[in-house]
Amino acid sequence: MEKKYLGQRVIRNEDPRILTGRGKYMADITYHNMLHAAFLRSDYPHAKLNSVDISAALEIPGVIAIYTAEDLGDYWHPGPVLVPAPHSIPGITANSRTQIPIVKDIIHHQGEVLAMVVAENRYIAEDALASIYVDSDPLDAVENVEAALKPGSPLVHEELGTNIATYVRQERGNFAECKTKADHVIHQKFIMDRGSAGAMENRGFCANWDEDAQQLTIHCNTQSPSGLRNSMAAWFGIPEQRVRVVVPFVGGGFGPKVMTNQPEEVLCTFASIKLHRPVKWLEDRAENFIGTTAERVQVHDCEIAFNKDGKVLGVRDSFLYDTGAFNPYTATIPLNTQTHTTGMYDIPVFLTEFTSVFTNKMICSPVRGAGRTYGVFVMERMLDMVARKLNVDPAKVREINLIAAEAKFPLETGIIAQDFAQFVLDSGNYPAVLKKAREMIGYEDFKKNQQPKFRAEGRYVGIGLVLFTENTGVGPYEGTKITVGNSGKVFASSIYGTQGQGHFTVFAQIVADQIGCKVEDVIIETGDTDKFAWGTGTFASRGATVLGNAYHHTATLVRAKILATASRLFNVPESELELGDGMVKVADMPDKFIKLGDLATKANPMRGTIKPGTEPGLEATGFYAPPYGATAYGAAAAIMEIDPLSFNIKFHKFIFVDDCGTVINPMILDGQLHGGIQMGVGNAYFEKLVYDENAQLLNGSLMDYLIPRATDMPTKMEIGHLNTPSPLNPLGIKGVGESGTIPIPPLYCQAIEDAFNLPDLFITEVPLSPSIVYSLVEEAKAKK
Amino acid sequence: MSDLIDIKVNVNGQLYERSVEPRMLLSDFIRFELGLGGTHVGCEHGVCGTCTILFDGKPQRSCITFAVLADGHTIETVESLGTPEKMSTLQQAFQEKHGAQCGFCTPGILMTMTAFLKENPHPSEEEIREGIDGNLCRCTGYQNIIEAVKLAAENMDSKS
Ligand code: FES
Ligand code: FES
Repeated sequence: MEKKYLGQRVIRNEDPRILTGRGKYMADITYHNMLHAAFLRSDYPHAKLNSVDISAALEIPGVIAIYTAEDLGDYWHPGPVLVPAPHSIPGITANSRTQIPIVKDIIHHQGEVLAMVVAENRYIAEDALASIYVDSDPLDAVENVEAALKPGSPLVHEELGTNIATYVRQERGNFAECKTKADHVIHQKFIMDRGSAGAMENRGFCANWDEDAQQLTIHCNTQSPSGLRNSMAAWFGIPEQRVRVVVPFVGGGFGPKVMTNQPEEVLCTFASIKLHRPVKWLEDRAENFIGTTAERVQVHDCEIAFNKDGKVLGVRDSFLYDTGAFNPYTATIPLNTQTHTTGMYDIPVFLTEFTSVFTNKMICSPVRGAGRTYGVFVMERMLDMVARKLNVDPAKVREINLIAAEAKFPLETGIIAQDFAQFVLDSGNYPAVLKKAREMIGYEDFKKNQQPKFRAEGRYVGIGLVLFTENTGVGPYEGTKITVGNSGKVFASSIYGTQGQGHFTVFAQIVADQIGCKVEDVIIETGDTDKFAWGTGTFASRGATVLGNAYHHTATLVRAKILATASRLFNVPESELELGDGMVKVADMPDKFIKLGDLATKANPMRGTIKPGTEPGLEATGFYAPPYGATAYGAAAAIMEIDPLSFNIKFHKFIFVDDCGTVINPMILDGQLHGGIQMGVGNAYFEKLVYDENAQLLNGSLMDYLIPRATDMPTKMEIGHLNTPSPLNPLGIKGVGESGTIPIPPLYCQAIEDAFNLPDLFITEVPLSPSIVYSLVEEAKAKK
Repeated sequence: MSDLIDIKVNVNGQLYERSVEPRMLLSDFIRFELGLGGTHVGCEHGVCGTCTILFDGKPQRSCITFAVLADGHTIETVESLGTPEKMSTLQQAFQEKHGAQCGFCTPGILMTMTAFLKENPHPSEEEIREGIDGNLCRCTGYQNIIEAVKLAAENMDSKS
């Protein structure tokens, strides 16, 4: 099979619609008799709800209905656990609490829904919110994860008797013993906070219950159409086959849109079933900050044991994780942290344990990076501590500790990952990535020749270089159906959600290569559960790997049908047939060919017969399931200058090296990295959800929560690639969607420290900001 | 509800006469009254720039403008730039350079840059970066957007 498109820089099939404003997003979904929902949300993070008085609001013309908890009847119950606890790990504690659609008695976080208004338009619905009277008594709130575990702390869920949600301990080797053998042991606390996913499009949901047809149609910008269909079917007792979820174009996902059983989903569906009219809700930005999900703080207590030659013998990482008021996603984030801590380093002993803690804050769920960032942050920071202690160059310390190029992959790590399988490094050449990063950034030249000059001029210019892994493409599976149509166009559908990753193009490239047609003749349909019913969802950088291989596999099945059908038609063996240019040709016989569309018509005749034992049409369904995730890896390096007055950062150079195996489309790949890096820049220097001691969010707008702008970014992100194909899947792909984000915070820390060159400046907490770095530098100078 | 106000607005070369509530946002007017869905809203508080349209030729945030203020004025939205079959030079450059991913911020950026290039047909990279600094994009890291605007400026040059 020729690789005409795979690996090529193909421009995107979806762009003409997107770029001209013709692409339909959630806000564009409309029905003539549609109603609009708005939600009254709690201002208090923790409170006893006494009553909700809706009488005045109901009087407003245009208000159709207002619902509170009592109205839901049997539909009022907590949602399901979306991701279970990893029960295969011995000694685990797992307390799960999932959110309810609408508060009945206790408010657990700011932003929880207290009432739903349904009105003729959104203006009226929002007016009505202001006329609802809520009587509630605030309770002491749990804000800080460390304080939450102290005796006497208020409890988020009183009946649990503790704020501990999950505890998991995993150990490779014996850390206590390893410590006694090491030349040095350093103990350090680290804190990393992560924030909002900040997709430019907020959430949206529209439910249309057709009473006559007993059919529920949902439009939603979900990352998991199948999960949403299944959850609404279960909640309302409707067969899955009578629930259709359709996902229009989606304005970015980055994690939170994977959540299902959300209050707004349940309530809009409930209202549509009650009122027999379509009910739509569009989230606004303020709601997105308090009523969706985000990632949040982890507090790490770490030890690293190493010898005087720089070789690390073992690492201990005990951390607390703020899971928010409920934990439907259980432990995906902290498990990802555990699996990504020692990463590509050869560290024989590793003890990792976490306690995830309930607080009175919005629910935590994965955001691009999804827990990996924290593990990479503490490991990279610890290696920098080793470098300082031994007075060795940081890049050298990394070199000393890397898993060797000659290592026998696959390498088992002994640590259970988010997919409950053991984390296995499937392939890679780690020294090569470090070497390439050093070359691209000009590491030695900067240290030797440039930096001394900058220092002599009194300028603060520093270099950083960090490494990371990204476990991607986890199971369980994805599937597709591909049909060659009578027009010759190829229709290829899956249930997968798509949020701008170029799926309409990259999957078309894979399919076109097998079918022998033009990439623009492959129509990729995503996220319509009536077009394809099976699949899981968009998360864990798994699209290219899992769905890409499913498309590849299914396309080979269709190819086989094309060849078999044409072979019968021309009465020549399949080996003499060629596929290309949208037709099947008989080799060396220029006048013997048939267009794919005509062949499709012949494969599905309206009269006569098809060969008994065969199937009509040129169509196949296929699946791909990986044994475990494929692990991408890479490096980020930067030379940055800090302005001593503003503490703004200017990049002299920024490079990123990535190995995600086989590349489908280098243009889209680099775009994925650019966007990931941007979120990493936010995590490092700009983005923090700030809560006061009562768990009240203080910066719930884009004015105060800073998403990196164009001038905050490196002027040029130079991207380098290694290509070590994954042996786990036929195409050799590893995912890349989150890679860019993962290594940026420790990169900033290392480079900033290098710029100021102060013995007492060692950064242990991110995100930073200009004012934080200013304070740290002043403190470090004062100590000198 | 409050009394309706009659307005006449020229949108993309066509005159619309409508009666609207004084509090109706221009973004909602464009999207829901006129059915032009290309103008997106990302924040509804004037920060992200996704809702940017041209108001008498100047970029303006339609989410913090009342529709009644557009009475007697000229509005251009992304729908005026090109069609899927015949995209504008700027739109083509966005496709060529992969300047859009999810495409949600894109209409606002295209409108901002359409006005920008008119004012400054030979921008430096630095000027382009400053020019899109008021538009948030969460997907692209901006690099390819800047590349696209550069290419569009070159292509417009060679066409003129
Ligand atoms: S939607 Fe108007 S600026 Fe964000
Ligand atoms: S392309 Fe998605 S926000 Fe800009």
